[in-house]
Amino acid sequence: MTPALADAYSLAPVITACGFGILIIVGDAFLPRGGKSLLARIGVVGALASLAAVTLASRHTDDAYSGLIRTDAFSLFLESLIFVITVLVMLGSYDYLVREGLPLGEYHALLLFAASGMAVMASANELLTAFVGLEISSIASYVLAGYRRTASKSNESALKYFLLGSFATAFFLYGAAMVYGATGTTRLDVLREMFVAGRAPGPLMLLGCAMILVGLGFKAAVAPFQVWTPDVYEGAPTPVTALFASGPKAAAFALLVRILVTGFGAANATWFWAIWVSAVLTMFIGNLAALTQNNVKRMLAYSSIAHAGYLLVALAARSEIGIAALLYYLVVYALVTLGAFTIITHLGEPGERRLEIDAYAGLGTRQPFTAFCMTIFLLSLLGLPITAGFLGKFYIFDSALKAQLPGLAVMLAMNSVIGAYYYLRLVRVMYFTEPEQEWTPEPVTAGVGAVMFLTAVAALGFGLFPGPLMTFATISAQSFR
Amino acid sequence: MLTLVTFLPLAGGLLLLLLGRESHAAIRRVALLTSTVTFLLSLLLLRGFDATASGYQLVERRPWMSNPQIQYHMGMDGISLFLVLLTTFLMPLAVLCSWESIHTRVKEFFLMLLALETAMIGVFFALDLFLFFLFWEAMLIPMYFLIGIWGHERRIYAAIKFVLYTMAGSILMLVAIIWLYSLSGTFDLPRIQSLLQEGVIRLPVRQEMLLFGAFFLAFAVKVPLFPLHTWLPDAHVEAPTAGSVILAGVLLKMGAYGLVRFCLPLFPDASHKFAPWIVGLAIVGIIYGALVAMVQPDYKKLVAYSSVSHMGFVVLGIFVFNQVGMQGAVYQMLNHGVSSGGLFLVAGMLYDRRHTHMIKEFGGLATPMPVLSSFFILITLSSLGLPLLNGFVGEFLILTGAFERRPAWAAYAATGVILSAVYCGVTSV
Repeated sequence: MTPALADAYSLAPVITACGFGILIIVGDAFLPRGGKSLLARIGVVGALASLAAVTLASRHTDDAYSGLIRTDAFSLFLESLIFVITVLVMLGSYDYLVREGLPLGEYHALLLFAASGMAVMASANELLTAFVGLEISSIASYVLAGYRRTASKSNESALKYFLLGSFATAFFLYGAAMVYGATGTTRLDVLREMFVAGRAPGPLMLLGCAMILVGLGFKAAVAPFQVWTPDVYEGAPTPVTALFASGPKAAAFALLVRILVTGFGAANATWFWAIWVSAVLTMFIGNLAALTQNNVKRMLAYSSIAHAGYLLVALAARSEIGIAALLYYLVVYALVTLGAFTIITHLGEPGERRLEIDAYAGLGTRQPFTAFCMTIFLLSLLGLPITAGFLGKFYIFDSALKAQLPGLAVMLAMNSVIGAYYYLRLVRVMYFTEPEQEWTPEPVTAGVGAVMFLTAVAALGFGLFPGPLMTFATISAQSFR
Repeated sequence: MLTLVTFLPLAGGLLLLLLGRESHAAIRRVALLTSTVTFLLSLLLLRGFDATASGYQLVERRPWMSNPQIQYHMGMDGISLFLVLLTTFLMPLAVLCSWESIHTRVKEFFLMLLALETAMIGVFFALDLFLFFLFWEAMLIPMYFLIGIWGHERRIYAAIKFVLYTMAGSILMLVAIIWLYSLSGTFDLPRIQSLLQEGVIRLPVRQEMLLFGAFFLAFAVKVPLFPLHTWLPDAHVEAPTAGSVILAGVLLKMGAYGLVRFCLPLFPDASHKFAPWIVGLAIVGIIYGALVAMVQPDYKKLVAYSSVSHMGFVVLGIFVFNQVGMQGAVYQMLNHGVSSGGLFLVAGMLYDRRHTHMIKEFGGLATPMPVLSSFFILITLSSLGLPLLNGFVGEFLILTGAFERRPAWAAYAATGVILSAVYCGVTSV
């Protein structure tokens, strides 16, 4: 294999996704008005092809492009997750786009570009490459947030996301510049060698690290940088919210882990307390604020903040099992949240009118399968046994206790109970109460049904048989040796 | 065999899913058949049980997950056999008492009831801490729905309160279980126990006390021990009759079972250290429960508070640390399951006819319903511990045990017996 080809291999998923994205944009110009649904199909094929291309990337697990990109089990794990999310989001959003009369072409192209940016974030081994990935995914996300052009809420969402998001990426960039100024390198593995060789982090270096944390903390929606989340999630089109809550969050955590563990791993005392404090704040703010929400999207937005806090607990454990727990939880959380938002999309009705929790009354008798899937998702988010969410929490507890962090473990436990209240509230409304006005939910379409079914199977399957996924997560966590 | 007994109810419940929504009669019959066969099967366990042997019997053990190391490890000893028999015995009764009174969503109701039975039996048989926790939490969901869908007026409040109380207790137990796992590398109960006894893993005093506290809290909520009992009257009053029967008959026993099975053998030192405080709470519970029961106008509430009182006896018996006390406690668990289950059945029957739980409405019942009234009185007397009836034996043994340990404890607890005569007397028709 020539070096150029080997390099191309390790970026195969990104190249495939971008290629299909461009194909869709070009095709959009030539297809007649009635034939646009072909673009959606090309989009799904593109996402599946990118997923398949992850196996191509796995043939060349090493540094590529002179160390800018690193393909290892960790990056493969996250790329697989990101493209699975993309496929599912596409399947779940087709009917929504048709219902709302939104153009199909750009949407799918933007999704593919966003996914390719996330994939770059997952495999970046250098701060500027990471920044490029961050920007690719962010800019596509800003546009997606405002995709319902005529709805003022969607515009608000896009504007908020754009203004605050560009501020955050600027922080990231500034931090990268400071790290470069302090050390003369932006490559994470070179940084690591410096620390291992015994170099102490100076003030400039610490400031740079802090700024990078601010930038990524914003993207991952962890406290105290979470304020934008509920508004943006509420205003964005629901399938896009599904993406925001799963994909970018996974990518941001991937980058966070990569930078903190590879780059600053040997100096982890510098960032441990920042992560600890942020974990506690994130968990409590997310869960307490979710208690009083009446809008389902906002409730799940706060819930997604809380779950970011749980992920931080695993990161604070600073161990291989901690990272494995984080990866496992990330997969479970992302799929389950995606499933829940897909149901919200499905029940939303034209113009997203049906978003109040009380609007779900009587779903248990009117559409038992939908209500059942939603219950599984909520119980998994709540972390009840048999669901995958329980094992996810279990692994996090385990890593926190092994790292001698019982305080964090107990606070995580307390938060699980707080979470029980609002997750069960929705279950209660679906099954225990009758609606004030009679309504019939729209029948479940093939795409939405497939997403619901697959994510529900994942939520139960990973809960009963965690073996394969956990093995993959453990191998991925060993990439940082 | 144990697996069969455990999962047969769930299998029957899933079978219900195949039946049509409106074929109520068939649904009821399948549910009754399943629960009866389960009861008969559990009677077979009695034959396979060797009372002279020590340790767990009919053990089944299969690896399930490798990371974390979880085994499907089931086994039984005398206590679990007793409690499983109680469960399987009460379940057909619960099905029968719902025969006429449940009209809406019949299929889901019996599915929940049978799923609940599987979870309860699983709790008593599981010998792997992880498996135990799985069943323990799995039980919450069906109970939540039973109270929330088929309960009375304030059912939603009661259902949420029940779940939140139990979860708050059990989530800390989960942390403790995982802590034990990270120390010992296994969830296997007998193995952890032997590791602790042989001193392979040593728990510093503070750590043992924390672990004990986490386990104890989970079980104390379930028992329920004063002052953690406030979910019980709500759940009892609002639950449908079958739910109340199961709640009083079996669920409360799970807390006491947990104390005997996990708290005492795993953390003996901490148990002894905390014993006086726990006994104190138990005695307060005995007297307080009885006093509050005395003034209740609502019959179901009365039985609920009497449960607080009676379960206080069980905790007292466990924490006096002698054989008589322990025997009494186990016996009392069984009795309380039967008597309070019976009282709730009667309450349910009266409710179906009069649509009230108010005691003052029950006056003059003996004339129109002589048979029901005599059974009512018989169960009531057994509940208050009249000699020759089952309630007496348990309470007597517990008081004897307490007297051996410290006479004052027995004296305080005995006032509870007297008070119970008062509140049971209130209902005399």
